[in-house]
Amino acid sequence: MPSKAALSALSSAQAVTSGVSQTRVEDGRRIIILASVGFAAVVLIQILFDGGLLTWGFENWRPVLYAYLMWGIALGFGLVMSRGGAGHRALFVLPAVLFTVAMVIFPTFFGLYIAFTDWNLSSFEGRRFSGFKNLYALFSDPYYWNALQNMVFYVLMVLPQYVIAFGLALLLNAEIRARKFFRVAFLLPFMLSPVAVSWMIGKSLMEYRFGPISNLARLLGWDSPAFFTSPWIAKVSIALMDAWVWIPFMMVMLLAGLQALPKELSEAAKVDGASKWQSFWQITFPLMLPVSVTAIVLRIIFQLKLADIVINVTSGGPGGATDTVSSFIFREYRDRSNVGYGTMLAEFYLIVIIIFILVLLHWISRWMRKIN
Amino acid sequence: MGRTGARTGGISARYFSSRIVIYGLLILWAIICLFPIYWTFTTSFKVAVNVTQGHLIPWVDFTPDWRGWRSIGLSPDTIGETSTPREEFLKRFENSIIASLCAAALAVVIGSCAAYGLSRFNYKFGPMRNKDISFFFLSQLILPPVVLAMPFLVLYKELALLDTRIGLILIYTLTVLPIVIWIMRDQFDTIPTELEQAALVDGCSAWSAFLRIILPIALPGMVAAFILSVILCWNEYFFAALLTSTSAKTLPVMVASQTGSQGINWWSMAALSTAAILPLIVIGIFLERYIVKGLTAGSVK
Repeated sequence: MPSKAALSALSSAQAVTSGVSQTRVEDGRRIIILASVGFAAVVLIQILFDGGLLTWGFENWRPVLYAYLMWGIALGFGLVMSRGGAGHRALFVLPAVLFTVAMVIFPTFFGLYIAFTDWNLSSFEGRRFSGFKNLYALFSDPYYWNALQNMVFYVLMVLPQYVIAFGLALLLNAEIRARKFFRVAFLLPFMLSPVAVSWMIGKSLMEYRFGPISNLARLLGWDSPAFFTSPWIAKVSIALMDAWVWIPFMMVMLLAGLQALPKELSEAAKVDGASKWQSFWQITFPLMLPVSVTAIVLRIIFQLKLADIVINVTSGGPGGATDTVSSFIFREYRDRSNVGYGTMLAEFYLIVIIIFILVLLHWISRWMRKIN
Repeated sequence: MGRTGARTGGISARYFSSRIVIYGLLILWAIICLFPIYWTFTTSFKVAVNVTQGHLIPWVDFTPDWRGWRSIGLSPDTIGETSTPREEFLKRFENSIIASLCAAALAVVIGSCAAYGLSRFNYKFGPMRNKDISFFFLSQLILPPVVLAMPFLVLYKELALLDTRIGLILIYTLTVLPIVIWIMRDQFDTIPTELEQAALVDGCSAWSAFLRIILPIALPGMVAAFILSVILCWNEYFFAALLTSTSAKTLPVMVASQTGSQGINWWSMAALSTAAILPLIVIGIFLERYIVKGLTAGSVK
C-alpha cells in the first residue's frame, strides 16, 4: 500500500529532522532496561516468597500487575525517546498488544499447565502433576464426546438460520412501508441477554403446563408438548431459541450486502425477461456469496461458544442431549470443582476448533477461487 | 381493449398477492420477535390465576397488578420504602452498568489506537508484520470463554481480583477488543490518508494528527463499536457466573440464579427480566443505526 508507506516515511522523516540526539537514545534504552530489571525483580521476589524461600514479600500477586503496568508505561516512554517517530507509531498498537498478551497468552499457557494436573478444588490434596491422566480420561469420557457431537448439530443448524436470515433480508430489502419498524423489531432479539431469553422463552413460554407456546402446540394437536424431555425435541428447542437470538445478526449483515448491490443489475435482468426466481439465483445470490461466507463463518465462530442458553434452560439435559462443550465444562467447574480435568477438556476443545476453523477457511478460499 | 384490461388486471392481482405474502411474512416474523418481549412485560403485571389461565391482553382479560414489581421493590407503593430485594437489584444493576460501560470505553480507546496504527503504518515486531498483528488480534475472537475461565479464576485469586468490578472490566475488555479493532480498522480504512499527510507535512506529530484530524471523522465508527461492546458486555453471563460471587455479581447472574427457585412465581421473574432487558430495548430502538453499522463493518466492501 503506497499511502501507508508514504505515511510511515513522512513521520519518520519528521523524527529525523526533529533530531533524536544520541543521549536521548541512550536514555531511552536505559529506561527500558531499568524498567525490565525492576519488573523482573518484583516477579522474582514474589516467586521466591510464594515458594517459601524468602521471608518477606507481598500479600498477593497484585503488585506484579502494577509492576507490569509500570513496565508497559516505561517501555512506551523508552521507545519514544530512543526511536523517535517509530516509537510514536509503535505507541498506537503497544497498549492493545501488551493488554492482549497479558490477558491471553499467559492464561492459555498457564491453562496448559493446569490441564496436566490433578486438581479438584473440593479435595484437600491441592494441585498435583498427573501427566497425561486427564487426557486419557478425556478419551474415555462418553459425555464429552456426546457434547462434541452436539456441537456438530448446533453448527449445522447455522445453515437453516442463514436461509431464514437471507429470506428476511430480502423481505426488508423489498419496497415496503414501515421498514424502520420492521428493522428494529427484527433486530431486538439479538440485543437481549441469553439469560433473559432462557427464562422468557425456555422457562415460561415453553413451560409444559401454562406456557403459551405449549398451549398453541396443544391447539395444533400435539397432546403433550414437552419441549425438554425427549432428547431430539430438546435439542431442536434449544436450536430454535438460539436461532431466535442469532438470526438478526446474519440478517443485518445480509441486508447490508443486498443494499450495496448495484440496482442496474436486477433491472437489466428484468428487462431481459428473467423471472424473479431466475434473477435471484443467477445474479443476486452469486453476488452475495462473499457477504454470505463472512456471515456464516462469523456465525459459526460464535456458535462454537454456545453455552448460556443451555446452562440456564436444560443444564445439558435430558441425559446430556442438549449439552454443548462449553456448558459441559461449566458444570465440570462449578458443580464438581474439577479444575484440572475441566481445563484439559477446554484446551482440547480449543485445539479442535482451531483446526476446524483453519480447515474451514482453507476450504472456503479454495472453493471461492474455483467458482470465480 | 378488453384483452389489455384483463392483462393489467392480472398483473395487479399478482402484484397484490405478492404484497400480501410479503406483508404477511413480515408481520408473522415481527410477532415472533416481539411476542416474547410483550409476554414478559405483561406477565410482570399478572397474578397466579392470569398465568395459569393463559390471559394475554391487559384490561381485556386480566387486570394489571403491581405484584411482580412489588416483589423487587419497584412498584409505586413500595418505591418509597426500604426494600432488600430492590437494594440487591440496584446493586446488580449498578455492577452491570459500570462493568459494561468501562469495559466498552477501555476497549474502544486501546482498540481505536491499535486499529489506526494498523491501518496507517507498517510495523515490524520481530517476524510479525501488520497482517500478522491484525490476525493476532482477530484470532482472539475464536477463543471460547471456557479456555480462559479456569486460568482466570486462579490468576484472579492470586491477584486479589476475584469478585471485583475491575476484574470483570479487564476480561470484558479482552472479549470485545477484537470486535472493536475489526470495526475501527474498517472505519479508518475508509478515511483518505491525504488528510494526515497534509498535517504531517505541516509539522504535526502522528499523534496530534490522529487526535485532532482523524478521530472526529471516525467518531460514528467509535460510537458503533462502543454500543456493540456495551450490549455484549451487558449480556455476558459465563465469566460473571464463574468469577463473581457476592460484591461484583452482575444482572444476568442474578436473573439466572432466580430462574430455578421461583416455581410458578412468574410475575417477579418477569419483572426482573423486564428490568434487565429494558435498557437494551431502549438502546435498540434509538440507536439501531449504530448497531447495524457496527455489525456490518468489514463485511460489505
